[in-house]
Amino acid sequence: MALDSSDKPRTFKVVGTRPLRPDGIDKVTGRARFGADIVAPGMLVGRVLRSPHAHARIVKIDTSKARALSGVKAVVTRADFGAVPDSVADVIDNCMAGDKALYDGHAVAAVAASSAAVARKALRLIEVEYEVLAHVSDVDAAMKPDAPVLHRGRQEESVPEGYSQNVMSRVEFGHGDIDKGLAEADRVVERTYRTGATHQGYIEPHACLATMGPDGQADLWCCTQGHYMVRNTCAAILGMEQGQLRVTASEIGGGFGGKTTVFLEPVALLLSKLSGRPVKMVMSRSEVLRATGPTSSSSIDVKIGMTKDGRITAGFAQLRYQGGAYPGSPVDMGSMSAFAPYDLENVKTVGFDVVTNRPKAAAYRAPGAPMAAFAVESAVDELAKGFGLDPLEVRLKNAAREGTVASYGPTFPAIGLEATLEAARAHPHWTAPLGENQGRGVACGFWFNFGGDTCVTLNVTPDGTVTVSEGNPDIGGSRASMTMMAAEELGIPYTQVRTIIADTGSLGQNEVTDGSRVTFAVGLATIEAARNAKREMCKRAAMVWGIDEEAVEWVDGAARPAGPNAGKHDPMTLKEIAAIASNTGGPIAGHYEVNAEGAGVSFGTHMVDVEVDPDTGAPKILRYTVFQDAGKAVHPAYVEGQFQGGAVQGIGWALNEEYIYGEDGVLQNAGFLDYRIPVASDLPMIDTVILEIANPGHPYGVRGVGETPIVPPLAAIANAVSAAAGVRMTDLPMSPPRILAAIQGQKGG
Amino acid sequence: MRYEAPNSVEAAVDLLAATEGAYVLAGGTDLLVKLRAEMLEPDLVVDIKRIAGMKDITAENGGWRIGAAVSGAEMGEHAGLLRDWPGVVEAVGLIGSTQVQGRATLAGNLCNASPAADSVPAMVAANATLRIVGPKGSRDVAVIDVPASPGKTTLAPGEFIASVFLPAKPEHGGDAYLRFIPRTEMDIAVVGCGVSLVLDGAGKVSAARVSLGAVGPKVMLVEAGAEALIGRAPKGDALEDLAAVCSAAATPIDDKRGTVDFRRHVAGVLARRATEIAAIRAKGETA
Repeated sequence: MALDSSDKPRTFKVVGTRPLRPDGIDKVTGRARFGADIVAPGMLVGRVLRSPHAHARIVKIDTSKARALSGVKAVVTRADFGAVPDSVADVIDNCMAGDKALYDGHAVAAVAASSAAVARKALRLIEVEYEVLAHVSDVDAAMKPDAPVLHRGRQEESVPEGYSQNVMSRVEFGHGDIDKGLAEADRVVERTYRTGATHQGYIEPHACLATMGPDGQADLWCCTQGHYMVRNTCAAILGMEQGQLRVTASEIGGGFGGKTTVFLEPVALLLSKLSGRPVKMVMSRSEVLRATGPTSSSSIDVKIGMTKDGRITAGFAQLRYQGGAYPGSPVDMGSMSAFAPYDLENVKTVGFDVVTNRPKAAAYRAPGAPMAAFAVESAVDELAKGFGLDPLEVRLKNAAREGTVASYGPTFPAIGLEATLEAARAHPHWTAPLGENQGRGVACGFWFNFGGDTCVTLNVTPDGTVTVSEGNPDIGGSRASMTMMAAEELGIPYTQVRTIIADTGSLGQNEVTDGSRVTFAVGLATIEAARNAKREMCKRAAMVWGIDEEAVEWVDGAARPAGPNAGKHDPMTLKEIAAIASNTGGPIAGHYEVNAEGAGVSFGTHMVDVEVDPDTGAPKILRYTVFQDAGKAVHPAYVEGQFQGGAVQGIGWALNEEYIYGEDGVLQNAGFLDYRIPVASDLPMIDTVILEIANPGHPYGVRGVGETPIVPPLAAIANAVSAAAGVRMTDLPMSPPRILAAIQGQKGG
Repeated sequence: MRYEAPNSVEAAVDLLAATEGAYVLAGGTDLLVKLRAEMLEPDLVVDIKRIAGMKDITAENGGWRIGAAVSGAEMGEHAGLLRDWPGVVEAVGLIGSTQVQGRATLAGNLCNASPAADSVPAMVAANATLRIVGPKGSRDVAVIDVPASPGKTTLAPGEFIASVFLPAKPEHGGDAYLRFIPRTEMDIAVVGCGVSLVLDGAGKVSAARVSLGAVGPKVMLVEAGAEALIGRAPKGDALEDLAAVCSAAATPIDDKRGTVDFRRHVAGVLARRATEIAAIRAKGETA
């Protein structure tokens, strides 16, 4: 069979349009089932008892009174889990504390009871004896040699002498000679930048329903970004074979990286195993904020040299990220991405992964990159302004392009950074007048993007409609995108295809919905699965026509003779081939399994106008425009939505969001009143400009777009606020008290 | 938990007096949230919305009597209240979301006893009084006398607020309320300031009440603020003096919502800005 692909640019019929999303009506009418909507007959209510201390040795837990309470069907502590493989040792310790409670909100016990009231009462009857230990929440404080230590003997050899054991590892990237580069500079900016810990702020709290029978077979329904990950992790923790645990993902009310691990799921499974009943667990908002994974707070030293004509001669950054109670902050990715938008001769980044008495950091949209970009893009802005240079021109002058050896190693293929900068320079926003107390900021951002293990099965029904089964929860409209790519490839209407998220029993291994991978990797697999189905359908047509299958091609939704030599036959549509499938060999399907490589990186440039009230320090976002390379925008509305969503989360991070700890190490703002994500009235319409520089690694040129848009906002907004307030802001969040103090400090008042 | 919805004040008082751990339900925008958050487990909830008068706004002696269950949304659509006490109306209108506005009440905002309650400084500036009913009958008290400390009021067991009374608007009088929040809505005051003033024929302030919220354990009436304004035109140096005395009067703490320095400074800024709005209103202009 000859496929209708060729070297000439493809003309798309479905891809690039804006159809309604297939999950839309369910989500706006309430018919969609999220994690907390799943029920089972006879289910129990599971509740977790959490540590009120930031750091404490658990001397003893007495659960006897709770167990004796009528209606309590199971109680678990860490002892009930037994030994687990090293690969999941930290995961289970985070789900249920072992020897020590390592942060305020750390789970120490759980109950399953006949009602929420009984479960609440049972938690109050559990007696935990704590030996309270000194704690540390700040990253710089945690690195000092005399800091309270969370884990002993786990420090990697990469860490030099002189640091506490809370410094788990050190990474280094770069090339060239920093000192030589700095010597060539006309000016060097050296500053320290700090960012607060922010939570992903997904609206749906974690929830799951677990049921395990006496035969060891188990089912789990949960709200997650990756049910295959949940299966594999829970199976390892509970000593089960992966095939015995079937996990089904519910609809998901946001994740942004925060649902790429487990919290409740192993606990619910064990409670179900012990009670013999289904167990449902739903976190409260307070539990979500105290005990799930925010991102790292950071402290970053930057040193950048520039010539007076705007050439960056050297870039250095030391990044210190605290990742909460266990190793694994995203400082490595921060260190790799910090200078990625620049073509530099001399560049070096050093990163330290630090543990503190806070909840373990989970992934958050472009993990580690926004803070690094905040530091570097603030310093570049300050240098450009110092020389009176246009910040966009400076970035264009130093921009990474095809052939640039990236600061983290690889050589870039075709990339879209210059295109976004040129689009920004040409946009009316760039030259719009500003009023009093207003400032404009720009910044660039980068994300790697990812592929990974992926399976798609595409089935043709007897009436000629098509179902696509994929294994990644739909967070950003991916069912719509898969449906579109399948329809495009098969040459049939969008409405003839339905995409479902299959459970773990239905497909092979699938990576988590992360790394902006789904539209790229699952899209690639969907296209290849459709191509396999097309091959099969061409074969069936060839059989009917009595010609060689190589003489059949698939064009516009039908099998056709490939040329005059193939004979004269009327085209057979997908519907016609499907109708006779049973008589031509049986049902028709296509499937594709791959560890997808070739995810193209994505760059973006953000531009923002801010007004600052000089009397109160209150900032107001006036105008915001996102420019980003999408490779190929499959569903442009959802690409724009990703751009807007990233910008908005960045606005929250820049202005108000932060984890606030008291002297006692207890989280002060475990609720959406005092953990301030932006509300609609805080925001202007976020304007978007999609650039399309095709990714050669994807059949349609798609690049992931979900994470890059949160990378530039922190710096873009800081640059705008600094311009409006007349003072350089280096600490996030730029809350009104902080801005007012900076303004008053500048006045010398 | 027991739920009762009596038809009379007397029945409500009897229920509240007889049960320890009883809570009054009007709009429920604080109570239901606390129930859901498992902060409270009441034995009895007494819904007062079925009692006659609780949902009424009635003219009385040139002023307005507002039943304890009248919602912010109802106040926001009442022409008389908007004309006479726009500052009080906009203060109650700042509470929560549009949905919350359909339920939230002045009396509830006061009884929740948060130092940051938006309507309370506005009511204090307006010199509003309350009709409190209880086992010993009914009594009228000034709003400022009800909050005791964060989360606590001076109401005795069995008592509840039946109505709020806003006095007759003085001729050439105007009021305003401003708050500072880090966001633009759905937030809690970091500083709140209510101002009510009267202008004489020369455009000078003849009477004033200035109140601050969220800068102490309870709402405060800043007498020095009134003194800074009285006898002077509400502009220039008078406003600077007002700002200075309000900043000085504030006794805030450093907490997750703001610093001492920030709150003191912004207390002065808001007093100045609220006075400017109240003065425009006192002149019969729209602000």
